[in-house]
Amino acid sequence: MVLVLFGLLYALPNVFDQDPSLEISGSRRATVGSATEQTVRTALDKANIAIKSTDAGDDKLLVRFNDSESQLRAKEILETTLGGDYTQALTLSTDVPGWLQTVGALPMYLGLDLRGGIHVLIDVDMDAAVSQAMERYNGDLRTLLRDEKLRYSRVAVRDDAILVSFKEAGLRDQALDVIGNEYRDLQLEALDEGEEFLVQAKMSPSEQRAVKKFALDQNITTLRNRVNALGVSEPVIQQQGERRIVVQLPGAQDPSKLKELLGATATLEYRLEDTEHSVEDALAGRVPPGSRLYQTRDGRPILLKRRVIVTGNQITDASSGFDQRTGSPMVSVSLDSQGARRMRNVTTENVNKPMAVVFIETRKDTRLVNGQPVTRKVQVEEVISVANIIEPFGRRFQTTGLDSPEEAHDLALLLRAGALAAPIDIVEERTIGPSLGQDNIDQGFASVLIGLAVVMIFMAIYYKVFGLVANMALLTNLVFIVAVLSMLQATLTLPGIAGIVLTVGMAVDANVLIFERIREEIRNGSTPQASIFAGYEKALSTIVDANITTLIAAVVLFSFGTGPIKGFAVTLFIGILTSMFTAIVGTRAVINLIYGGKRVARLSI
Amino acid sequence: MQIFKRKTEIDFMGKRKLAAILSVLLVLISLGSVLVRGLSLGIDFTGGTLVEVGYAEAAELSKVRGVLGEGGFGDAQVQHFGTSRDVLVRLPPQAELASAELSDRAFTALKQAQAGEATLRRVEFVGPQVGDELTEDGGLAMLYALIGILVYVALRFEYRFALGSVIALVHDVLITLGIFSMFQIEFDLTVLAALLAVIGYSLNDTIVVFDRIRENFRKMRKGSAVEIINSSLNQTLARTLMTSLTTLLVLVALFVFGGEIIHGFAFALIIGVLVGTYSSIYVASTAVLMLGISKADLMPVVKEGAEVDAEP
Repeated sequence: MVLVLFGLLYALPNVFDQDPSLEISGSRRATVGSATEQTVRTALDKANIAIKSTDAGDDKLLVRFNDSESQLRAKEILETTLGGDYTQALTLSTDVPGWLQTVGALPMYLGLDLRGGIHVLIDVDMDAAVSQAMERYNGDLRTLLRDEKLRYSRVAVRDDAILVSFKEAGLRDQALDVIGNEYRDLQLEALDEGEEFLVQAKMSPSEQRAVKKFALDQNITTLRNRVNALGVSEPVIQQQGERRIVVQLPGAQDPSKLKELLGATATLEYRLEDTEHSVEDALAGRVPPGSRLYQTRDGRPILLKRRVIVTGNQITDASSGFDQRTGSPMVSVSLDSQGARRMRNVTTENVNKPMAVVFIETRKDTRLVNGQPVTRKVQVEEVISVANIIEPFGRRFQTTGLDSPEEAHDLALLLRAGALAAPIDIVEERTIGPSLGQDNIDQGFASVLIGLAVVMIFMAIYYKVFGLVANMALLTNLVFIVAVLSMLQATLTLPGIAGIVLTVGMAVDANVLIFERIREEIRNGSTPQASIFAGYEKALSTIVDANITTLIAAVVLFSFGTGPIKGFAVTLFIGILTSMFTAIVGTRAVINLIYGGKRVARLSI
Repeated sequence: MQIFKRKTEIDFMGKRKLAAILSVLLVLISLGSVLVRGLSLGIDFTGGTLVEVGYAEAAELSKVRGVLGEGGFGDAQVQHFGTSRDVLVRLPPQAELASAELSDRAFTALKQAQAGEATLRRVEFVGPQVGDELTEDGGLAMLYALIGILVYVALRFEYRFALGSVIALVHDVLITLGIFSMFQIEFDLTVLAALLAVIGYSLNDTIVVFDRIRENFRKMRKGSAVEIINSSLNQTLARTLMTSLTTLLVLVALFVFGGEIIHGFAFALIIGVLVGTYSSIYVASTAVLMLGISKADLMPVVKEGAEVDAEP
């Protein structure tokens, strides 16, 4: 009984409607407040779009609509009214009252095929990541040997190794030492080929793995930053397998926009700040030649020299941590050899002057202008950090003076996220329009209800009172499935609904088994009470065996399946467990309640 | 209400030769069809692009084809999907064009096919590489499911039962595949899921019968293996038919009301349940009989048969 109530409680949120709504959030330059709410209301009133309600959250505004059509129209209107400083995400929000939400009761999480949205599977070219690393080593080794004045005749990449050739064995051995000291991660080997003495440098398997993992992580970070800019509520960006990334955008409707965004390129530039001229003058239009006006992330104007010291392509690594001396958060950056040389030259001349990092993102953006799609290139330039040069530095350096570890972390991400670490390729895309999503919900719901009704009528006719008891179990079972799905926040997909429908059909099986056994016992001349007892006892092992084998199938489905199959496996799995419980424990309790403790002459079965 | 008023005494095993011939014939035809005609694999496995567009009014397919041809999609397959307003377009994988752009361009072309607004209902794009992986994973899933079941049944019953049930499962899966191949019904990921569900379902049926056979082998002192299996089948017959019936009822509901996307799934399961019901009666039991099961094999040695021993 307690379990049933519990199940009902957690299944309850699903009864409430999900309203199509818009989630409006500000950017770094704009905050959402009551003024925004007023603007939104006026704009939508003017366009004759009915608002169901608005909810102001912290820095967010949720506008609910009655149907998805007004939601879509509202988005278009608000895009022009509010401008680019706000992002508007299409989302479904529930009416679930607060007390239910506080006990953690939420409606089922609908999959993309039910709520509409975009699913993209991205393949990361890992081999390219490794060969990029090899190229970097190629350049670094040349520079190192030149700096150490070890004359080599040739440096070449062959298969998975870099070969450096020397004319003399002595030179080669010296080089071996030097390289070994500088690059501990490389696996070095001395080879003699004819007249030539070679150093063969290979990346160790562990470093290759590290490079690949780094590439994947960095790509995920980059994609996340880009997707967040798109303004979608609850985006999913996840690693799948060893080299794939899944991006899921519920409610998003424009796959071409997403693809543009994913294909965007971004880079970084280190520049010196122009401290000789005043920013005010520049703002008034008198920008000194050789300098340019930029904006920092929080919208502050800043004047930077035009000359670029180092670009993001020359950054080989960036990680956040703590300064060993002061304990304050810092970001440590590594440059490749070319960048290191330039950096050393510039910093030597400019100690105690501020240096800035500029983040530049370029992407194509297609918008409807007068009904015609117009594609233009959008370039976003922002200064993400400014720091003083304390002492000259080259290949490795640290940026300190950051406010918090989070800031350091973000900066490191951005430094790395400048460009994608390895080329990506979209290998799978599934977009479901909102109208199809709604159709899927309606049809799925209808087929569950109709299937349920037909089975219940049939059972009631065929097994009479016992059939009614089985029907109660069936309904309870459905409540349980919905409750468990809601609690786990497992994703409900259309195949998932099919799984529920199938469970409904199969859930009665356990009861059929028991009831047929009871009938058999009666035919064999047992008393009603003994028949009930024997029926349940004997059917038990059969039910368990039969269901465990189906469970095996469900588990295999889950572990091998992708997307749609997984959804089916989850509901099938949950359904089998709950149906076993309701059919064996549940119906027995009710049957005992009806027939227990009395002398019964006849069973209504 | 009861299907059978009295105990049924149908001589199932008497007709086992006939059933065996029928099964072997069906399996051979199915195999042949799968090998010769192949399956009409969906883009989940072949790779390619699928675009579903909803028009405001009924769309003429010839017009849609014409527009697509002009847009350079001459090799597109066009069909109605569900209603006459919905059009489904399939594009084979194209090497030279960035896959992701394909759907965008196709949709742009499709918008011009018909007056009135066209809404994008669905885009599915599967790269050839992903398709290959799915095919491989699907095959593996099937294999692992079968092995898992084989092991479980062998542990709980006896190896001959395990073999019998797996033979029945392979039989069911092959015939379902055969029907998909013969009628060239599209085989996509959901159908694969359905096939795995069929494995689970058909096994469920088979296990119930086996359970009874085991029980009767231990309980009935008299009677040959054939007689015992026969009476076991008769005893479980009402249940077998009942469960199949209720499952079929919901599946038909799913097929009729579940929408176009779920059609293949529901159809595969309907076929699977029908074949599975037949196979749990004829194929699985016949196989066990042919493998030479005897009373001695099933006499309880360990505590496992406790519930049987408790019987008078």
